[in-house]
Amino acid sequence: MNNEIRIINGIVFDPTNNIDGKVVDICIKDGKIVSEVSKSAKVIDAKGMAVMPGGVDIHCHITGPKVNLARKLMPEDHRLDPHFKTPNTQSGSGGIVPSTFATGYRYATLGYTTAMEAAVPPLTARHALEEMYDTPIIDNGFYVLLGNNLFLQSLIAEGRFAEFKEAVAWWLNATKAYTVKLVNPGGDEPWKGHKNLNVKSIDEDSKATDIAPRKVIEAFIDAVHELGLPHPPHIHCNNLGHSGNYDTTIETMKTAGDRRLHVAHIQFNSYAGEVGKPPKSASKEITDYVNEHQNITCDVGQVMFGKAMFMTADAPLTYLLRGYKKEKWVNADTECESGCGILPFDYQGMIYTHALQWAIGLEIFLLSKDPWRIVLSTDHPNGGSFANYPLVIKLLMDYEFRKVAMRSVNQKAMNSTILGELKREYTLNEICIITRAGPAKCLGLKDKGHLGVGADADVTIYDMLEDKEEMFNAPRYVMKSGQLLIADHEFVSDYTDKKVLRVAPDYDKEIEKVIKPFFDDFYSVNYQNYAIQDDYLHGLGKVIGTKKKNSIYEN
Amino acid sequence: MSAASKDIKIVNEKIVENATCTFCGCCCDDITLTVDMDKKVITKAKDACVLGKSWFLNHVIEDKPIARIAGKEVPLDDAINEAAKILMDAKFPILYGMSDTVCEAQRHCAPIMDDCGGTIDTTTSVCHGPSGMAFQGVGEPTMTLGEVKNRADFVMYWGGNPAEAHPRHFARYAVTPEGMYTPNGKDDRTVVIVDIRHTKTAGVSDIFLQLKPGKDFELLWMLRAACKGVDIPDDCKDICGVEKEVVEDLFQRMKNCNYGVIFFGMGLTMSRGRHFNSGALMALATDLNEFTHFVAKPARGHGNVTGADNVVSWQTGYPFGVNFSRGHPRFNPGEFTTVDTLSRKEADAALIIASDPVANFPKPAIDHITSDKCKLISIDTKNTPTSEAAHVSIQTSTYGINTGGTVYRMDDVPISLRPAFDSPFPSDLEVLTKLRKKVNELSKKANRPYATKKYM
Amino acid sequence: MKGQLILIPGRSSKQGVGLNKGKLKEEYIRVTTTLELSFEDAQELGLETADIVKISNHIGETEVQVKVLKEGKLPIGYAFIPYGPPSSCLFDGETCGTGMPASKGMTIDVEFIKKGVKKKTALPPKTAVG
Repeated sequence: MNNEIRIINGIVFDPTNNIDGKVVDICIKDGKIVSEVSKSAKVIDAKGMAVMPGGVDIHCHITGPKVNLARKLMPEDHRLDPHFKTPNTQSGSGGIVPSTFATGYRYATLGYTTAMEAAVPPLTARHALEEMYDTPIIDNGFYVLLGNNLFLQSLIAEGRFAEFKEAVAWWLNATKAYTVKLVNPGGDEPWKGHKNLNVKSIDEDSKATDIAPRKVIEAFIDAVHELGLPHPPHIHCNNLGHSGNYDTTIETMKTAGDRRLHVAHIQFNSYAGEVGKPPKSASKEITDYVNEHQNITCDVGQVMFGKAMFMTADAPLTYLLRGYKKEKWVNADTECESGCGILPFDYQGMIYTHALQWAIGLEIFLLSKDPWRIVLSTDHPNGGSFANYPLVIKLLMDYEFRKVAMRSVNQKAMNSTILGELKREYTLNEICIITRAGPAKCLGLKDKGHLGVGADADVTIYDMLEDKEEMFNAPRYVMKSGQLLIADHEFVSDYTDKKVLRVAPDYDKEIEKVIKPFFDDFYSVNYQNYAIQDDYLHGLGKVIGTKKKNSIYEN
Repeated sequence: MSAASKDIKIVNEKIVENATCTFCGCCCDDITLTVDMDKKVITKAKDACVLGKSWFLNHVIEDKPIARIAGKEVPLDDAINEAAKILMDAKFPILYGMSDTVCEAQRHCAPIMDDCGGTIDTTTSVCHGPSGMAFQGVGEPTMTLGEVKNRADFVMYWGGNPAEAHPRHFARYAVTPEGMYTPNGKDDRTVVIVDIRHTKTAGVSDIFLQLKPGKDFELLWMLRAACKGVDIPDDCKDICGVEKEVVEDLFQRMKNCNYGVIFFGMGLTMSRGRHFNSGALMALATDLNEFTHFVAKPARGHGNVTGADNVVSWQTGYPFGVNFSRGHPRFNPGEFTTVDTLSRKEADAALIIASDPVANFPKPAIDHITSDKCKLISIDTKNTPTSEAAHVSIQTSTYGINTGGTVYRMDDVPISLRPAFDSPFPSDLEVLTKLRKKVNELSKKANRPYATKKYM
Repeated sequence: MKGQLILIPGRSSKQGVGLNKGKLKEEYIRVTTTLELSFEDAQELGLETADIVKISNHIGETEVQVKVLKEGKLPIGYAFIPYGPPSSCLFDGETCGTGMPASKGMTIDVEFIKKGVKKKTALPPKTAVG
């Protein structure tokens, strides 16, 4: 059957290939962008429409054990937002943590075709993969939580860095992950083992922590650099959410030296002020550092008013936040590796701290000098649902609209920021970068985020509308792997050609002799049953190659 | 026959290491199976408990038809077509069970009921369903079992009898293992049992509290109040059957431990109060985090009921008792749960997968499901009262013995099974994949009126 | 001899083992038709181990065999039986809107039917050994 498509007359945005609003044909064949197609190709006339690569979400929480706990927690939220069955799609539940079918469809409805699950414990990685198989349309991958892995920390503490690197590679292969995730490194032991304490500084080396977070962070940055992973360690910094935490963030970024590091949802770590007192904005200090250091990439973690859900491996933080309202809360410890906290939340514009967080996120976007390295996320669902992305886009592109929005929130917060002075308006090209081209580059995905020959044929076509929220909310056409899924705003198919993006760096098999005794002593599953077998991926795995780089600009 | 021939060595023997037993929620994955590949039986199950051994060693390939309609043998595809037709023609089809099979098969169940506008429910609804409901209300601090092994110095079992229902729980996870911060095993732990009767489990305990039946909530609430600084009442013993001093001592131990855990069972979910009991316990565990690190975990029964919970939750947003009649999932225990839809005679077709309600359900439900008012379809691995009563009966191979796949241990840890020998019967996955495809075909032809946005 | 008790059905390892051997087989049937009584209640009702009794409520009735436990093992006024078809026929379908029938804590009538056959404890006859 002929799977050729030619998109004609569309206004193309492909920043990776320096196309900024030009009318060019886009040709698709066998699921890839090609230079030409035959006359029998299906033609889509995109006159007056913006043609972009499919969206790439670099940081969200959509599949896996903590996500499912949060899903189970919120029947009342699901009931308010049912996802109806159609002849071509299955039903599901929406709300702040949608069910898996609904998640895939709703991402596609926004024109996204790739979404990376930001935090999965190794022990339960099979669960994340199973949910991915039930998330239609979009490609996935995940970041595996290793920052509080007790075995790896013990290797660092003993200075056994060569073995540490091999063990990290082993873990990446065993879990089919995309990169290493660090969340509040060093914070698990005080929480689980010392009656609910936390770590307060990256140089804290107390009885509770055993090892300073800085040493953990440095070790992972070094190891991942040596392994040449396409995406560097992805870090949720210590002291997230606390006033005055921006210096922790800067110190964390400094540990990278000139090697790559990705800071997750950096907005939550951009606060000035004193610990225990209301925060102030440190967006300038943070963006100055990121702007000046090409080895650093980050996603913003924009807070949006309305419903949210904290779901994070930063369990002590979640418990602290629970203290404010004492409503339902979930904590889930994962042996030897990790933990998580889950707490339903509501961001309200009239509350000083929430309004400030909202403003800080926008400041970061607007102060950014490099949209390739400061990309869009809401840390879904921690800062708000991914359904908010079109509204974020409108806030960035429309200064007047932003001003009106600022007037309706806590004014004390607004007066303590410089948001009002930032008149910059993002262009469509820049939006294309922060939602597609930039995340793809940060992830090292050569076949995503652009429309050059050889790219995956993940294409979104939007009506060019004045109201940018409306425009990005409902693309007219969405294609994934060259398959038309949405046409004239309706699902015509939910055909899924999913890939689970992963890395498979080489490692010395001798390391297994070092790892196994730890398992035998301290895990509750057998070592031989821990690593995920290759055929568990059912042929969906796509290995992205490794190569040492110091920035996203190196090829 | 000579004496020598009595000790015939098995010629075609296979050893399967690190196999997982799926009989109970412990899902022990350290079993070594010795398999006679000629006779297709497991002759040894090293390290399995008494339940596990009986699970493995009693499994034989029966000489039975794969598929029957009204008791007569038919080709599998005919049975599947008939089942699909029954589900599509019914006004209120239900699907129940799912716990004794792998997640890969479970994942087809909700889509089947989505297509025919039916109702899906799992054995959770008659097990820890109330705990799931309580979870929705209060949340839960919890953990994987290795945390108990490594850290727990206070271990409590409330309303459960693991010595008989989860025999290796003590030795493998919770009481005797020597863990990272519990190098002396049981000597590093205080084990407390709370139950209405003195079971074999009580024999393991350091402290046994024999509670008055039906008074779990009262005792849990007293402990919650103690967390807020309220004294244990003087008439504690009259209220719940336990002396005031004993409860005060218990509270101090819970408050001062380093890492406490409460496992809880059917004693809470199946007695007066149900989800209130579970909720009180989970809320108590939450309260205790003011003082120390404290967690709780329902002790799940059948091997993959936790998997069924997880699968239905991620596919629909709700763990059990889900209806699709209006074109989207709706959750309502009591309305869409199986004991109710059968006892009230609402279901006119029932697809029962890997479970046996005709043996285990209340009488009003059994009366209806075996009547001609409800067309019964059974997919199971052996002959049971349910499969015998079914209009369409399909026999499948057994997970963990004949087929692989994923199961979830009671603490939500997914494990891949290692089967011992294959079977002439199709797997649940094969049958449900075909059934889903057939139901989907029929649903497209049926031209159901799908709800549109106008409905809202 | 008649009386009322509160029934607590539950799991047991013997019931689990019997289940694996087969629900239609003798072992499972025997285990799931064994009613455990407290020492005190058995005395009160004049019952001994192996007696056959009828247990019943407004839902149904079934015949089971008594096993008397030692003092203190069961609270007075309560009886235990492993889950199975016999206990199921006493369950009410009412779940009080939870999906879960209240299977623990049903009031049942207990009525003596006949004496059963006790397990033999006598030694086998003397042999020529020794």
